Amino acid sequence: MNLSRRQFFKVCAAGAGTTSLALLGFSPDAALAEVRAFKLANATETRNTCPYCSVGCGILIYTLGDRSKNAHAEVIHIEGDPDHPVNRGTLCPKGAGLLDFVQSENRLKYPEYRAPNSREWQRITWDDAFTRIARLMKEDRDANFVATNEAGQTVNRWLSTGMLAASASSNETGYLTHKFARSLGMLAFDNQARV
Amino acid sequence: MTNHWVDIKNADLILIMGGNAAEAHPCGFKWVTEAKAYRKARLIVVDPRFTRSAAVADYYAPIRAGSDIAFLAGLINYLLSHDKIHHDYVRSYTDFSFLVKADFGFENGIFTGYDPEKHSYDKASWGYQLGDDGFVLTDPTLQDPRCVYQLMKAHYARYTPEMVSTICGTPQDAFLKVCEMIAETSASDRVMTIMYALGWTQHSQGSQMIRTGAMVQLLLGNIGKPGGGMNALRGHSNIQGLTDLGLLSNLLPGYMTLAGEKEQDFAAYLDKRSPKPLRPGQLSYMQNYPKFFVSTMKAWFGDAATAENNWAYDWLPKLDKTHDILQVFEDMNAGKMNGYICQGFNPLASAPCKIKVSGALSKLKFMVVIDPLATETSEFWQDHGEYNDVDPTKIATEVFRLPSTCFAEEDGSLVSSSRVLQWHWKAANPPGEARADQEIIAGLFLKLRELYAKDGGAFPDPILNLTWRYKQPHFPSPEELAREFNGRALADVTDPKDATKVLVKKGEQLNGFAELRADGSTACGCWIFAGAWSEKGNLMARRDNSDPYGIGQTLDWAWAWPANRRVLYNRASCDPAGKPYDPSRMLVAWDGVNGRWGGSDIPDFKPDSNPTDGMGPFIMNPEGVARFFAVDKMADGPFPEHYEPMESPLANNPMHPDNPLARANPAARVFKGDWDSFGKPDQFPYVATTYRLTEHFHYWTKHCRSSSVIQPEQFVEIGETLAAERGIRSGDHVRVRSNRGHIVAVAVVTKRLRSLSVEGKQVHTVGIPIHWGFMGVARNGYLTNTLTPFVGDANTQTPEFKAFLVNVEKIQTIV
Amino acid sequence: MALQSLDIQARSATTTPMPGVRGTLDVAKLIDISKCIGCKACQVACMQWNDLHGEIGHNLGSYQNPQDLNDTTWTLMRFFEVEPEPNRLEWLIRKDGCMHCADPGCLASCPAPGAIVQYSNGIVDFHQENCIGCGYCITGCPFDIPRLSKTDEKVYKCTLCSDRVSVGLEPACVKTCPTGAITFGSKTDMIDHAEERVTDLKERGFAHAGLYDPAGVGGTHVMYVLQHADQPELYGLPRDPAISPLVEIWKGVTKPLAIATMALVGFASLFHYVTKGPNAVSKEIEKEEEEA
Repeated sequence: MNLSRRQFFKVCAAGAGTTSLALLGFSPDAALAEVRAFKLANATETRNTCPYCSVGCGILIYTLGDRSKNAHAEVIHIEGDPDHPVNRGTLCPKGAGLLDFVQSENRLKYPEYRAPNSREWQRITWDDAFTRIARLMKEDRDANFVATNEAGQTVNRWLSTGMLAASASSNETGYLTHKFARSLGMLAFDNQARV
Repeated sequence: MTNHWVDIKNADLILIMGGNAAEAHPCGFKWVTEAKAYRKARLIVVDPRFTRSAAVADYYAPIRAGSDIAFLAGLINYLLSHDKIHHDYVRSYTDFSFLVKADFGFENGIFTGYDPEKHSYDKASWGYQLGDDGFVLTDPTLQDPRCVYQLMKAHYARYTPEMVSTICGTPQDAFLKVCEMIAETSASDRVMTIMYALGWTQHSQGSQMIRTGAMVQLLLGNIGKPGGGMNALRGHSNIQGLTDLGLLSNLLPGYMTLAGEKEQDFAAYLDKRSPKPLRPGQLSYMQNYPKFFVSTMKAWFGDAATAENNWAYDWLPKLDKTHDILQVFEDMNAGKMNGYICQGFNPLASAPCKIKVSGALSKLKFMVVIDPLATETSEFWQDHGEYNDVDPTKIATEVFRLPSTCFAEEDGSLVSSSRVLQWHWKAANPPGEARADQEIIAGLFLKLRELYAKDGGAFPDPILNLTWRYKQPHFPSPEELAREFNGRALADVTDPKDATKVLVKKGEQLNGFAELRADGSTACGCWIFAGAWSEKGNLMARRDNSDPYGIGQTLDWAWAWPANRRVLYNRASCDPAGKPYDPSRMLVAWDGVNGRWGGSDIPDFKPDSNPTDGMGPFIMNPEGVARFFAVDKMADGPFPEHYEPMESPLANNPMHPDNPLARANPAARVFKGDWDSFGKPDQFPYVATTYRLTEHFHYWTKHCRSSSVIQPEQFVEIGETLAAERGIRSGDHVRVRSNRGHIVAVAVVTKRLRSLSVEGKQVHTVGIPIHWGFMGVARNGYLTNTLTPFVGDANTQTPEFKAFLVNVEKIQTIV
Repeated sequence: MALQSLDIQARSATTTPMPGVRGTLDVAKLIDISKCIGCKACQVACMQWNDLHGEIGHNLGSYQNPQDLNDTTWTLMRFFEVEPEPNRLEWLIRKDGCMHCADPGCLASCPAPGAIVQYSNGIVDFHQENCIGCGYCITGCPFDIPRLSKTDEKVYKCTLCSDRVSVGLEPACVKTCPTGAITFGSKTDMIDHAEERVTDLKERGFAHAGLYDPAGVGGTHVMYVLQHADQPELYGLPRDPAISPLVEIWKGVTKPLAIATMALVGFASLFHYVTKGPNAVSKEIEKEEEEA
């Protein structure tokens, strides 16, 4: 063992400084050491599916409170569902960090509107948003709807407004969206599968 | 996926090509590691980059981005010339013996029927020789030079190992090693699975890459078997579902197709989609198309859809052409569009050539964004400095941004890549005033309907008559919607063989698509989802994970389309007599005693068809067999052929060096103004490819802290040789330019991106991860689609993000 | 100790004997590098479980992020591009973190009573409430794992999720690992499992595959399966880790010295601690270490 003088001094000082305190019954800690308490003991568990890739991993969402009326269910933790036959409790780095998606500071909270040539958003109500969008859509549809083409064939299409559908919305949303778009005669209609 | 995630554990060999499952689908990739650990399976990765999939592979072969057809065509040549094919399988279950029309041909890279002006083919000659009985003529001896086998053999004989190496840059010994390993799975008890993703779809010849892979699997007899199949790893949690539900320009639910404008006759529309069998004794299941179509129209328009009005056929819009996302941005950029709704979709980041997309959005009158997150698209008009350098005062588009819920805040089902519909439950309320997507759609629709009811307007009939039987009209519940797409009986549905036997009573939920009728007595929003919510309840919510056969089928876990079947074409896992090719991995078998098919899966077959009937396993094809010769189903040829990416480091296609028409895909659609936007190798000498990293999901997780901690900042990957040539060291900032714009990123210099020798010259690859942007908590970066070309696959129009040209330079100071 | 959910078998700077009657299961985590895809799910799961909100840093030219372990990064994927044979590139990715040594150098060198404990199942845990921030554990660790926080001047490292293990669960990183590269169980089972893995790797051509469970620290409760066990340096692992000579001396030589002599030094140190606080102490120590 090769120790420099300085190292030897350091060892002695530290050794002496602390063991001696303990031996003299003067320890800086009073509390007994205990592991951190298990943080999910009484949290509510909800089964869900990871919204990212298509492996479709089962997840368990833990929320604060027991769903009583006065408890606001805040998501506090997410981990893999061990019963799920595909992921068997595992999650990838995105899935393991899903809590940060739910709680992202960039989650939208209110309907917003940006006027032509404006530099900023302004908050509007849902009813305002629906009314104004519906008017804009109807105006455009009524002006540009094509009932028959040049050959006189019935085509009933609306090409001047289009829609892109979500890649992570549920089948139920997707189904309703499809009904909505086709009933209006939309053809400029695609989803993320295209790209 | 023809098979499913857990089934990968049954494979003996796994080929990952055109994808990077370890990074993009880590939890699905676990079944690769399980196959390796417990079946002694081997993993081969073929990729331009030594990825994290390659890090755990038994063998890695490099390939130039965009040259996959040449590689796979060389593999087909190897299998045919070394007689490493599954003879019983190809003779019984494929079109090997079918005779092709005499006037079909292929010359100097172009198939018969090409029109260079239109950049497309007249496919009249791409068909079978038919007999007087309407059936395809065949030559079971396979000697006829017009049989598919002989034509295919000749077509692929040109792809020698030397040619493969010169096109792909893959060293010949590496190519041959891969061939040898794959050839072993032509044995009945050896099975290979192919896992691919956007590395095959995002090319101007992407669909044909996938076809070539499927042809390899058919030659080896690996389709329909456990541990086999062609497994498309879908990139988002429900693009499988959204595609199944037909949310694409030209589709209806369940892969039905919208009519073209020339299809004015309803009966002809149905007839064209209900093909008669092309060989004796075949099922040709799509003959049931009228049942599916009428039931969807009943679900959508209820009593307003009647036999008299052709079930409201005229109410559906008729296509002049497909209005895919590229076509839409082309039209928008030309000022032909006024409104656009982006529901959970971020096209400024996801669509090619950002400058064109941004310009197009600026020409809109209004745009509506529905999203849980503040996306780049919603702020395309905002000045974000170098990352989005626009002047808001010059952009007149009105923008609405509507907050939606995320997964944790809603009930509903998603379809995984395994085609499994899984229900999920709401855990918490959304932040602020955010609303569920179906509530937002309902809000918009009901407002529009109110306006049309009050004021009238253009063709209001489909709007006023759209079914809306929801207890809370402003909040259609996920349960109600799921029951609607499953379908119900509008009148008693009786057994076709015995009219006194009622299968489903009026008002009851349907058990499956076999109960659908074309007379208006059933309503079903999406025929392939029929059975998901029957009278038994919500089968998508099932949670029994038992696996009685031990091969991972778990039939009682959730519900898979079609008919809860887990492996498609599973009849082909048995020999023609109905015995499994490998009894140790049995999916289905013919039970002669009970006269039925059964086993660990739901038979993908007529359940009581005796093998002696000779019905083929590919029941969705009117031939009853799988096709090597695609007849007229593909835009760019019945046999896949190698073409260069639209932007390529090579001046010509090495397969057809003297034919400029055959340089890139002759049938790819390029808009007039975009030809000039393509770069040439003298200015942009390096091949670029864009991709995902395992740490991030698309453009979403840059909004998440943990993902941003583990991968904080935009970078590009550069091989050591190129880095040395350009004086770039790891950690330097570099500017990557294409002919459409530039990005600035940190350089990661790596051994994992090799320079390849292609046609005798060194070709370098620049790797460009996609995940950054100007919104989010990660460090701001450039949208990588600033660089990508505005051209798509000839069949699907999926953009060519995987192979284009760039230049790279070191920058001294960060601007 | 009756309140403990896990029995303690060793406690820093404490001479009182620990209870030793109850026999509990020796646990271990096995990290099979040949199955690791470097996805960093374990990094995120660790941050999530332990409520660690790290800094969003920079990319300095590598996949490795953050660049090093720190007070909020208790486990980290380290990436190595190596060519053990010419033209055979391997991308070795090692999950770095506390090894939970059977003979822990950190505990041996820790002067703060109860700041570091070793449970009878083998987990070595830091109790920050007792930590004085002196940083001796950092010197004492042969694997360079513990990190001093600038936020509270306490030292942090992997707990092997003692809070999960104490209620019968596996650690968060183990649960999340997509490919099963991280497994957890009794140490005996983990050694058996490692043998299976080594056999598989040898059959795939890795002639020197083996288990990393270094004897110099009495074996570890976090072990690795390495494709090249003959070259642990390829993975940034020490070949023969052992407790630092400094720690050996402080344990072996200084302790028996006369208490009377030490009392003086002890009170001087305490005085120093009380007046200047742990920050000053640790900074001085850091400075000394740099000079030494």
